[in-house]
Amino acid sequence: MSNAPVDNSRRRFLTAATTVVGGAGAVAVAVPFIASWNPSARAKSAGAPVEVDITKLEPGQLIRVEWRGKPVWVVYRTPEMLEQLGQIEDKLLDPKSSEEKQQPSYAKNNFRSSRDEILVAVGICTHLGCSPTYFSEGYEEIVEGVNSGFFCPCHGSKFDLAGRVFSGVPAGLNLQIPPYYYIDDTTILIGEDEKGAA
Amino acid sequence: MFKNIIDWIDARIPMTRVYNMHMAQYPAPKNMNFWYVFGFLATIVLVNQILTGVWLTMSYVPSADGAFASVEYIMRDVEYGWVIRYMHSTGASAFFVVVYLHMFRGMMYGSYQKPRELLWLFGMFIYLALMAEAFMGYLLPWGQMSYWGAQVIISLFGAIPFVGEDLALWIRGDYVVSGATLNRFFALHVIALPLVIVILVFLHIVALHEVGSNNPDGVDVKRKKGTVAEEDKTKFEFHEYYTSKKDILDDVVPFFPHMVLKDLMAFGVFIFLFCYVMFFNPDFYGKFIEHPNFETANPLKTPEHVFPVWYFTPFYAILKAVPHKLMGVIAMFGAIILLALLPWIDRGKVRSVRYRCGLHKLNLWIFAISFVVLGYFGGTPATPTSEILAPLFTILYFAFFAALWIYSKNENTKPLPDRITK
Repeated sequence: MSNAPVDNSRRRFLTAATTVVGGAGAVAVAVPFIASWNPSARAKSAGAPVEVDITKLEPGQLIRVEWRGKPVWVVYRTPEMLEQLGQIEDKLLDPKSSEEKQQPSYAKNNFRSSRDEILVAVGICTHLGCSPTYFSEGYEEIVEGVNSGFFCPCHGSKFDLAGRVFSGVPAGLNLQIPPYYYIDDTTILIGEDEKGAA
Repeated sequence: MFKNIIDWIDARIPMTRVYNMHMAQYPAPKNMNFWYVFGFLATIVLVNQILTGVWLTMSYVPSADGAFASVEYIMRDVEYGWVIRYMHSTGASAFFVVVYLHMFRGMMYGSYQKPRELLWLFGMFIYLALMAEAFMGYLLPWGQMSYWGAQVIISLFGAIPFVGEDLALWIRGDYVVSGATLNRFFALHVIALPLVIVILVFLHIVALHEVGSNNPDGVDVKRKKGTVAEEDKTKFEFHEYYTSKKDILDDVVPFFPHMVLKDLMAFGVFIFLFCYVMFFNPDFYGKFIEHPNFETANPLKTPEHVFPVWYFTPFYAILKAVPHKLMGVIAMFGAIILLALLPWIDRGKVRSVRYRCGLHKLNLWIFAISFVVLGYFGGTPATPTSEILAPLFTILYFAFFAALWIYSKNENTKPLPDRITK
């Protein structure tokens, strides 16, 4: 610094102005770097709906289909399975599916499906994103008195055959039900319903 | 001739000065024991990781379609590719072995206490960067455990209220872990984080040499200028950067060659164990490379059990032990943050466990045991026993910090020796 007389207010103004302009520039430069981490246009457009043919689906069977890179389950529930769903509500965290965003309105019912025996659900645990294992039988070892359900191997979250979460497990939400509808009697379109795409 | 070259360089960059200051004339307490080799070993492993990493990059294909096949290509077709890869994968686990021992050394001898708080913090930042580096590196082979491990860890961010889901989406760059995630992790793993780690290691060493090395007795080897009688002063020549500020007691030796030779001895033992794992047991019973990772990533099917690699399992066990998503995530990160805050949680003035109260010895042992037991539970399937014991040891882990904060205020310590002991 020289010994020349200093106009402090002028120096302060210049320092502040430079800092503000430089700061704004830094923020502007950061935008493309941060935004480039968002899903690309290609990733977003890959979310097309998928058709599932359920002609060969047997009672008690589960099939997996891929929708938006996620596993979606289609399960054919037997009458015994459906009957049990009505009897275990006291073990569940949210038996009435009160969380709106976890299912479309036509799946907000006792079986969480538009057709009673067919469950369509996103097979991703609402805790930390693992895909739970399906037990068509032998679930008694996991939840006493329940014959079938889903068990997440990662952190032990438990779901019934309507994708409803049991109480006292890490997951806090029922499994997601995607939008879907029946194109005809044996074909389901997942990812879209009569109201349009998800 | 040789001297002329050295002089020519020294007139242009401070080569000899820096060498003397940080190697040949750096005072290291002479009572440093084998616990003091792990910093050196960590440096060696870092060099190994960078060198083998660069070579792996030459044959690896960072894409969801090509990654798994390119790792098989490295293993089977590239000449000595398997050696390079196993050096890298074994090195990752070895890194955490030496870093955990290095950290425990710091805890035993109070190396985080004043004036070494920043040194400890830089170390914790290295540890954090190392965990991020290891986590991202583990995704790259694109095996089943790579995929589902990443899915679980990224979903942890989803537990943050309000912004969590968007943040997880932003990190993945897709609605699930996908090729977009793989490519960005590759970029961070091979460029960004190694740079950060190298810079942090540099700062860690700068901070160490500024405050000086601690030792197993935790007593200072430097005294205020003019307070040490001539016969008590060190007979070695040390750099004037250190001698001009403090009087140095006759309790130190130059770092090179004395400490370096001790470190090289340890390196001999280390390389022996390293080679055993690398050549005879590279997956180390499914702990260093988990068995589901020999199967290519399948987004539709979760392996029967998903565990992180062993070095994350203590924190993973804490996450699992808390039966609430957000609280579990907070507990897990809190377990690491508390370690970083040790210099302020420990209010004691005596550094080394040798001279601290019996309760501290017990507390430290319980902490070490809790860490190991949690590591075991975090890497094995839940059983009725673990469902009782894992929360118990989680409490013991946190109780270490709470107890330390309480008893360290008015601790009944043993009298400190005036000088370091043999």
